[in-house]
Amino acid sequence: MKLPQVDGTFIQMEDEIASLGAVVGASLAGVKAMTATSGPGFSLMQENLGFAIIAEVPCVIVNVMRGGPSTGLPTFPSQSDVMQARWGTHGDHPIIVLSASTVRECYDMTIKSFNFSEKFRTPVILLIDEVVAHMREKMVLSDGEGVEVFNRVQPTVPPEWYIPFEDTPSGIPAMANFGEGYRYHVTGLTHDIRGFPTSRPDEIGPFIARLHRKISQHFSEIQMAEFFQTEDADIVIVAYGCVARSAKRAVVEAREKGLKMGLLRLVTIWPFVRSAVEKVLQTSKTLLVPEMNMGQISREVKRVNRGATRVFTLNKVDGTIITPEEILNRIAEVA
Amino acid sequence: MAEVTKLIHKYLRHDKKFPHVWCPGCGIGIMLGALIRAIDRIGFEKDEVVLVSGIGCSGRLPVYVDFNTLHTTHGRALTFATGVKLAKPSLKVIVIMGDGDAVAIGGNHFIHAARRNIDVTSIILNNSVYGMTGGQYSPTTPYGMRSTTTVYSNIEQSFKISELAVTAGAVFVGRGTVYHAKLLDSLIEKAILKEGFSVVEVIAHCHTQYGRQNRLGTAVEMMEWQRDRAVNVEKAAAMKSEELRDKIVIGVLVDKELPVYQDEYEKIRERSKGMIGR
Repeated sequence: MKLPQVDGTFIQMEDEIASLGAVVGASLAGVKAMTATSGPGFSLMQENLGFAIIAEVPCVIVNVMRGGPSTGLPTFPSQSDVMQARWGTHGDHPIIVLSASTVRECYDMTIKSFNFSEKFRTPVILLIDEVVAHMREKMVLSDGEGVEVFNRVQPTVPPEWYIPFEDTPSGIPAMANFGEGYRYHVTGLTHDIRGFPTSRPDEIGPFIARLHRKISQHFSEIQMAEFFQTEDADIVIVAYGCVARSAKRAVVEAREKGLKMGLLRLVTIWPFVRSAVEKVLQTSKTLLVPEMNMGQISREVKRVNRGATRVFTLNKVDGTIITPEEILNRIAEVA
Repeated sequence: MAEVTKLIHKYLRHDKKFPHVWCPGCGIGIMLGALIRAIDRIGFEKDEVVLVSGIGCSGRLPVYVDFNTLHTTHGRALTFATGVKLAKPSLKVIVIMGDGDAVAIGGNHFIHAARRNIDVTSIILNNSVYGMTGGQYSPTTPYGMRSTTTVYSNIEQSFKISELAVTAGAVFVGRGTVYHAKLLDSLIEKAILKEGFSVVEVIAHCHTQYGRQNRLGTAVEMMEWQRDRAVNVEKAAAMKSEELRDKIVIGVLVDKELPVYQDEYEKIRERSKGMIGR
């Protein structure tokens, strides 16, 4: 609501499909644009999310997860859109999804989301839960000094030399904004390096491969996780969002009782932080993945685990949070 | 160089993207010609024009034209156009849609863009059918006509796109046909120059799908049908609704003034700045 004060623009579109359409249009015209929604609205955005991926348009989508399916459980916490964020739009595609556990982190991760979207020319999803979204916490903001801001790389060549979707060492082509002399074509169809629709296998294959490569070759930069007392831990909890807060409390309480417990908190949800999980798999005897869904990230953990250690789940889908006690009780059951 | 050749060289991506995908005899080319002539007469720089489209035969139009071109998802062209216009109001945003695009899947966006009165021009090619996907009936397929999904005849009533635009609040609405090419030139020019949400409905033929399935003859015969059915809006004003039942009323249907969204937004911007710290 403060956007007009700072020469920004806010518009309430007629539906969520339109919201993301307008966001993509605004980004193509050269501004940073975002939208925010919950559950069913996120389902409606999947269509234009795919467009932003194939057309490589930077933008940020905040999805505050709710229990579902359908209208489901509004304004109650859930983590059931982890897989929708990954695979909700049709077709094979890479995606960057970040999460947040605190109010401060919502701020930081929104900036990070924009930086990633501008840098990698891709939509970035900030996936948070109702607890974090409605929480009030004290935070101190700087006047913007020291905040890292990345702006899209723009072409420096003359317009006639500009190839809007060319391959580069980073896999990310320079992006010209509409109205700045570089007239080019943007389409949701598979396209050649000039942006024109193509059905030639020798052009489509490298194009789709580049879309994946521009993310995968920057995994180390994108994948963020926090290790909390995992060095000597026999039991490691893998959690994200508000569940990670309960897990942290559980770790502190367990340590007081002499139990060697640690927390691996996922900040980046997708691409899955495989290396961080592998690290705790090698040192711990038991992993617990508490989630407010029927087991979405735990499947990924088990996939990475490949039988190396014991992985247990704690799932809750009734619209209430997972408490530290519930985590400790579950640990008592399995450890 | 002939005048038409100059326009082709100036505005078409003639050395890149041709031949085009449209059937021989299609009316979209006539609409494209009218659009280019209108823009040339107005004298816009190519850099300041953004051409946005949805999906279908008409959706392929921007790829052939040397502007900033954006080929979006089905029915959503107006939403992308809204974002472009809000982010950079100096750009001239023109949206090309088909009948299915504009009033079936995109119907909601269409009425809301009109209601909002954002300064975008919509040019809607109405050929009464989904041509590209195999000739399925659209919201403008008339009652009783055939398509691949209404093989025993269409039992739904059809939308009148221009009348819908008028009701939804568009400040300029014009209807033409691809037969009346000169009228189309002037309608599109007026629509682009109009501040606010403007609509030009272009009645066209799809002889490949709609025409074939309803035995309406060749492209030329279907264009002659347009000629025979068209009634100018001034003449229509003096006719009874009974007489107009099977006619196509062409010309400027609405030309009115309403506050334009971006201008109003600038006022909000100023007002909000006066409230900083409150």
